Amino acid sequence: MSSYHVDENGFYGEFGGAFIPEMLYPNVEELRTCYLDILADPAFQAEFRQLLSDYVGRPTPLYYSVRLSEKYGSKIYLKREDLCHTGAHKVNNTIGQILLAKRLGKTRIIAETGAGQHGVATATVCALMGLPCVVYMGAVDIARQAPNVARMKLLGAEVRAATSGSRTLKDATNEAIRDWINNPVDTHYIIGSVVGPHPYPDMVARFQSVISEEIQSQLQEAEGRPDPDYLIACVGGGSNAAGAYYHYLDRPDVKILAAEAAGKGVDTGESAATSALGRVGIIHASKTLLMQTDDGQITEPYSISAGLDYPGVGPLHAHLFATGRATFIPVTDAEAMQAGRELAELEGIIPAIETSHALALLAMGSVPKGSLAVINLSGRGDKDLQTYIDYFKLA
Amino acid sequence: MSSASATPVNRLHTALSKPGKLLSIYFTAGFPRLEDTVPILRELEAAGADLVEIGLPFSDPLADGPTIQQSSTEALHNGMTTARLFEQLEGIRREVSLPLILMGYFNPVLQFGVEAFCRRCAEVGIDGLILPDLPLDSYEREYRPILERYGLSMVFLISPQTSNARIRQIDDASDSFIYMVSSASTTGVQKGFGTAQQAYFERIESLGLQHPQLVGFGIGDADSFRAATTHAKGAIIGSAFIRLLREEGVAGIRSFIKKIRP
Repeated sequence: MSSYHVDENGFYGEFGGAFIPEMLYPNVEELRTCYLDILADPAFQAEFRQLLSDYVGRPTPLYYSVRLSEKYGSKIYLKREDLCHTGAHKVNNTIGQILLAKRLGKTRIIAETGAGQHGVATATVCALMGLPCVVYMGAVDIARQAPNVARMKLLGAEVRAATSGSRTLKDATNEAIRDWINNPVDTHYIIGSVVGPHPYPDMVARFQSVISEEIQSQLQEAEGRPDPDYLIACVGGGSNAAGAYYHYLDRPDVKILAAEAAGKGVDTGESAATSALGRVGIIHASKTLLMQTDDGQITEPYSISAGLDYPGVGPLHAHLFATGRATFIPVTDAEAMQAGRELAELEGIIPAIETSHALALLAMGSVPKGSLAVINLSGRGDKDLQTYIDYFKLA
Repeated sequence: MSSASATPVNRLHTALSKPGKLLSIYFTAGFPRLEDTVPILRELEAAGADLVEIGLPFSDPLADGPTIQQSSTEALHNGMTTARLFEQLEGIRREVSLPLILMGYFNPVLQFGVEAFCRRCAEVGIDGLILPDLPLDSYEREYRPILERYGLSMVFLISPQTSNARIRQIDDASDSFIYMVSSASTTGVQKGFGTAQQAYFERIESLGLQHPQLVGFGIGDADSFRAATTHAKGAIIGSAFIRLLREEGVAGIRSFIKKIRP
């Protein structure tokens, strides 16, 4: 265990922990005491690996992006998480957690979702395992993400609107936590990112770490070395980034870049750049960097990408930021949208707008020429088509 | 000011050692109007409440049901802040002698600074704190000495899922009373107490804990108050009181209290 991984108290440096009301203590304690044993069980691993292979479609390719490489004068590889079943990396975690929930004897699943990707990935595995599924989604997000709401319903999930607060992701998370308080015995809460009380950030990172595990062997095969010079991912809560970074955290020669959503600009008041705008505090039971008022009220972030407009960041990422292990770079809506369009035109891949933030670091000059870089292509852009249409006036 | 010399734990202990069942009232500071805090406290004292929990509003109150959450949202909208609340409470000990507990979420306290927060509590005459999302181990590891320095009592919650061993641990860490959450739920009034809850009340009573228990969540009228206090020292009313304030304002407080405990 290095200093970049969680310690025995559930902290990454000063970040993390489990700031939960006592009503949730038994649930979280059950998870904390069981998760490592369950994950280490060969039978669990066999089932997890088989589903990742046969159902999700892993390993996902590590694609050498010829035209992007030519344009930016570097060797650029794309880790194709967009080719996972359901269209993003989110399903790696939901497969893992639903298997874990079954081991714990849970018979009902709840989840929160922002843009709907994690909700869809949860509804998918609940259908696969025949478990009832309730997804909390902010009323505002329900209105602007209609296709994903329909997908969840088609998959048999019940979508409940979070009508409190700002009626977006943070409020959907609050509602899911409340549901868990009210249903502590039979229900497992599948959190969608490396956020929430310990052990969630570590557990979700472990399920997503299949991404960096594959990158290592695929890069070894393609380039004769497991380590890129630059490893790049976008960070909202940070689950795709945690998965892409996981096996590289202790390899200091690999420079880690984190693209965060600057919205209309870090200083415009319409931003989600948590490392730049956040202060240490507690959100969703985790001590981390979060956007808040001087009085400690959590504020509503803004990004064109619904998957990045979370006011906090996972505690692992707060630690990577504080220690300087990762470099956080704010990317505006405009920079991200251009990068998304560029990938579509150069490579025939329409990325999720979240992912476009990571791609934007190329045009922003964050990767020196002659480098070997891996970018985690965390999701595909079908869900964002309307945003692309509106932004580029394609209709 | 006299509050600096009066030891708050004593004020709480005096209240807790009164004969009979105790009625504690929760309200959200800054609701329904920003300046209602002191008038509400005055009326509660006159009406004969035994204990008061003053809620510090938070944007994301995840242990609360819709009624208290809505009151928090409105209180924040009215302009309530931690600093503002302390200003309002300046001098409160000249007219109110009830034990006063501040209840809120940990993040606003952390941003104010835990030490500064406790110092202000002591200055205005607060007796204790309830911070539902500050877990026991974190409190013991980092914050207990600060609360003790300022003579503040920390009140912990237990729920039907809390194991007996954990309850003993919480009892040991407590120095006034234990907040007994009536069921697996967020705050808000429920329809009566079922047999599972009765069994839970009896289980806790049979543990013979060092500290008295006050039952909270789901109590809103004379019947539920009586049921909740059959096996406990007292009960806490929150959401029902918030609704009363919404409908009738400060003027309705005395008759409300009289109806709960004739």
